[in-house]
Amino acid sequence: MDENASARLIRRTLTVGHRVGLFLAMLVICLPGIWIVLSSLRPTVEIMAKPPVWIPQQLSFDAYVAMFSGIGKGGIPVLDYFRNSLIISVTSTVIAVAIGMAGGYAFARYRFRGKSGMFLGLMLTRTVPGIAMSLPLFFVCARLGIIDTHFGMILAYVALNIPFTIWLIDGFFRQVPKDLAEAAQIDGCTRWQAFWQVEFPLARPGIASAAIFAFLTCWNEFALASQLTRSVNSKTLPVGLLDYTAEFTIDWRGMCALAVVMIIPALTLTYIVQKHLVGGLTSGAVKG
Amino acid sequence: MATVSLKRLTKRYGNMEIVHGIDLDIADREFIALVGPSGCGKSTTLRMIAGLEDISGGNIDIGGRVVNDLPPRSRNISMVFQSYALYPHMTVRENLGFSLKIAGAAKDDMDRRVAEASAILGLDELLERRPSQLSGGQRQRVAMGRAIVRDPDVFLFDEPLSNLDAKLRTQMRTEIKKLHAKVKSTVIYVTHDQVEAMTLADRIVIMRSGYIEQVGTPDEVFSRPATRFVAGFIGSPPMNLHEATVSDGRLVFSRGDSLPLPGQFKSKTAAGDKVVFGIRPDDFYPTGHGLSSGGETEVHRLDLPVSITEPLGNETLVFAEFNGADWVSRMLNPKPLKAGDRIGMSFDLSRAHLFSAETGKSLRN
Repeated sequence: MDENASARLIRRTLTVGHRVGLFLAMLVICLPGIWIVLSSLRPTVEIMAKPPVWIPQQLSFDAYVAMFSGIGKGGIPVLDYFRNSLIISVTSTVIAVAIGMAGGYAFARYRFRGKSGMFLGLMLTRTVPGIAMSLPLFFVCARLGIIDTHFGMILAYVALNIPFTIWLIDGFFRQVPKDLAEAAQIDGCTRWQAFWQVEFPLARPGIASAAIFAFLTCWNEFALASQLTRSVNSKTLPVGLLDYTAEFTIDWRGMCALAVVMIIPALTLTYIVQKHLVGGLTSGAVKG
Repeated sequence: MATVSLKRLTKRYGNMEIVHGIDLDIADREFIALVGPSGCGKSTTLRMIAGLEDISGGNIDIGGRVVNDLPPRSRNISMVFQSYALYPHMTVRENLGFSLKIAGAAKDDMDRRVAEASAILGLDELLERRPSQLSGGQRQRVAMGRAIVRDPDVFLFDEPLSNLDAKLRTQMRTEIKKLHAKVKSTVIYVTHDQVEAMTLADRIVIMRSGYIEQVGTPDEVFSRPATRFVAGFIGSPPMNLHEATVSDGRLVFSRGDSLPLPGQFKSKTAAGDKVVFGIRPDDFYPTGHGLSSGGETEVHRLDLPVSITEPLGNETLVFAEFNGADWVSRMLNPKPLKAGDRIGMSFDLSRAHLFSAETGKSLRN
């Protein structure tokens, strides 16, 4: 066998090896998701079976039907929870991204007194585990009378997300050359127009990713929500999962079905926004 | 089309003054080059004229209108940036038309003006491309196109050729000159490259540490530099500049070698004066290999050892040792030389320069 043929063989073997490795890695990553979907479709006996039943014996949509059947028929107020989740997540994401844009832009573009101290302060808030803040937050909200309201939840989530959105968006604005905004001003833009016409479109991938992360944080958050919500007025989907636990039983199938209902919008949103996440838009702006 | 006038223009950052009250009058349709080493304040001055930097003192007047506090958009200027600053998310056409769109121009008017600019700069083929799909030279042309579409009173160029390779730079330099001939507007051009300044400008402003050293035509700043700094900055290879003391009608250098005091400076110096003697490589040449016009009246000849040579094809730079230092000379019609050869050198003293060692000012006037 000549050298070229053996080199070709090695390359092919490596390619196959790569793909098998990738497949296994993806399997491990996807398995929990697949397992949740499967579990939502089969009876509790099969879910709890030891050793596990890998191939489902019987599939049904009973859990989904029951979920939407209303209280008393094994259902939970899923539409209320969904509405709460949506209102709270969307509103707090919009606010956190708006503030993140203003803050990130200021940190990226302006020099002011105490800038690095402020930035560090914002980042330090990220080091405090959310659960540690739940009790103080509960007291504050209780005193203000905003327990079990959308407003209270939105406020908490905005505060939770702002340091992160500022940090992420700041990084993206730093990548947009300053010359571009100056060129736009010379071309007749006001400072405000220059921002919206030139800098914002270029930082859009960053803003989109900040928005997705903020949204997912709100959508999936459980620890704070479980403290600050009480009823269908403000309970979000993750807290709603607890409705499936009774004193002595846990309805795993129902819980998994609700989990699937939670995952679908998050997945859809990420899929829609992902095309905006493509970076490299700024290449070619400056230099040769 | 407009005049530009700077009066006592000052820029301070905190306590640090960067530009120290400069005065400059630029005529309508004039091509002015601001030139100087980095940190001399030339870009800051340009950015103040553009309105991108606030001014700390003085006045900026464009077309008879004081614009000190006006935002860039109200000054009717356009600017070409060193980085080009093309909008990466827009096509070439959109880049060119952006200022018109912001101004709310009608579609036909916009199309017509973009087409005009694109024709002048040969961008027709590129109109639908994005900046990332263009080469350096093409991006540079688009940046210039974006500037001319607006039909501004004043064009500002901030080191526009610095990012191009040497060959393209020469080519674009010619294009800028042609462009100025076509659009005939006032141009302020910042560069650190004295060749660009010399070749393009009607007048050159040489700046150093926030002060203007000299303003003059390329010929003036080359032949009659006002200060030692200008003498050393303009011209390539640079002028030979060496400190000397006037004594008995001669210039005595630090190690004791001496030259006759050039005639034109005899009345302007006294014995014991500390001066800086300057002579361009063109006026200090191997005898018989200079720019001989036959009119030299004051040529001083010396045999000097050659320390190194740099052949350039049509000419050779000869470094001759005098007073313990290498003095560069330009040898036309070169003949082979090697280090250590002794060669007859001519100093054309009628074209030499003398500056005060203390103030650096020329003693010619």
